[in-house]
Amino acid sequence: MPIVDLANPSRFLALTARLMPWLIGATVLAFAVGLVMVKGAPDDYQQGATVKIMFIHVPSAWLAMGIWALMAIATFGTLVWRHPLADVAAKAAAPIGAAFTALCLITGMLWGRPMWGTYWVWDARLTSVLVLFLMYLGVIALWRTVEDPSRAARAAAILTLVGALNLPIIKWSVDWWNTLHQPASVVRLAGPAIHPTILMPLLAMAVAFLLLMVTLHLAAMRNEILRRRVRTLMLMQAQAAPGSAS
Amino acid sequence: MSALAALFVREVRLAVRVGGGGGIGALFFLIVVVLTPFAIGPDLALLARIGPAILWLGALLASLLTLDRLLTADLEDGSLDLILMSDTPLELAVAAKAFAHWITTGLPLVVITPLLGLLLNLDAGASAAVALTLFAGTPALTFIGAIGAALSVTLRRGGLLLAVLVLPLTVPVLIFGVAASNAAIVGPVPFGTPFTILCALTLASLVVGTFAAAAALRQGME
Repeated sequence: MPIVDLANPSRFLALTARLMPWLIGATVLAFAVGLVMVKGAPDDYQQGATVKIMFIHVPSAWLAMGIWALMAIATFGTLVWRHPLADVAAKAAAPIGAAFTALCLITGMLWGRPMWGTYWVWDARLTSVLVLFLMYLGVIALWRTVEDPSRAARAAAILTLVGALNLPIIKWSVDWWNTLHQPASVVRLAGPAIHPTILMPLLAMAVAFLLLMVTLHLAAMRNEILRRRVRTLMLMQAQAAPGSAS
Repeated sequence: MSALAALFVREVRLAVRVGGGGGIGALFFLIVVVLTPFAIGPDLALLARIGPAILWLGALLASLLTLDRLLTADLEDGSLDLILMSDTPLELAVAAKAFAHWITTGLPLVVITPLLGLLLNLDAGASAAVALTLFAGTPALTFIGAIGAALSVTLRRGGLLLAVLVLPLTVPVLIFGVAASNAAIVGPVPFGTPFTILCALTLASLVVGTFAAAAALRQGME
């Protein structure tokens, strides 16, 4: 099936309607497996059971960054091909990204309270995630301010691309500014620095979170397509109503 | 006179003659600095220590405040349509407008910085350092702000949105501006390191800001 077919909103709705139950099932299953593995993971000899917050915190952090990348890719569909489905994908992704970023921040704060003795420190990684969160809120605000969906899409696309350029600079400058958080320890050239008993449940949870993200995103895209159809129908109805100017 | 030079001269003339632009931004900057001691107390040692940060924050907010003047008036009187339809590339026109905007609103902030440094108990060297970093960094604020101004100019409720969109993007400029000022005053980092990065940020935002603002204007004015 060529990608053009998928890009038709009606085909997209039909396909995702068939896909959705499987995705929901896979998500539930992955979370069940992941949580059982997390339960089996040993407590840290220093951090105790609080280390298990990481199994939610780290996948959320990955998704927080990944969803901005997803939005940046979707902007190509918006700016190059002016495709409405790309607009829908970008719009549906923003609140999900904001939610995962918030989850990452909240779990980080809950972990920081017993470990660092405070909910918040102005450490580089925390700060750059907070700025990322603010930028998600900015994109959502822009989406909500512009009434016409395709114009909103192009405005948000420009902001998303500027953000995608600026986020590494923000990350780097905030690192320069201050650092206390432990450095990245899973993706490294020398191989992961985490023991397999922790790493395996972490990866299982990452898969579960990824499935959750895909499910939520497709569901949000479906809702957005339907919302636009309702909007169009209402506009047509308003135009056709007796006594209207036309 | 080329079209770009004419546009530049027009912008500067308008800003100087119509009033309410750069002067008000500088006044706002002064008021922010005056209000700070009321909030944190008149401790001169503390003021000297956080003085560069206050000056940078004040300049950031002041340049944000004047941003809506960059395009709004041109949209209202229709000259923005003329600029869009002219042969001059829109990117260059935006750059000329933003540069003129910086001359009339950013430069006054830099000029009064040594004066405000006196209020914050900064010595001459420290004031000069802050003024120099503001001179290098405020163009970046204008060019980044131009993106937000272009995105929000055609919106009826764009005012507050502009601030929300622009402020997170200015984080690196603020970090390196204050870092360079502090490096000049207390060290231990050599002044050149953060200062050259600040200059690099300004140059990068000149490129990214003008292109993104031009793209935003094109889509907004359709």
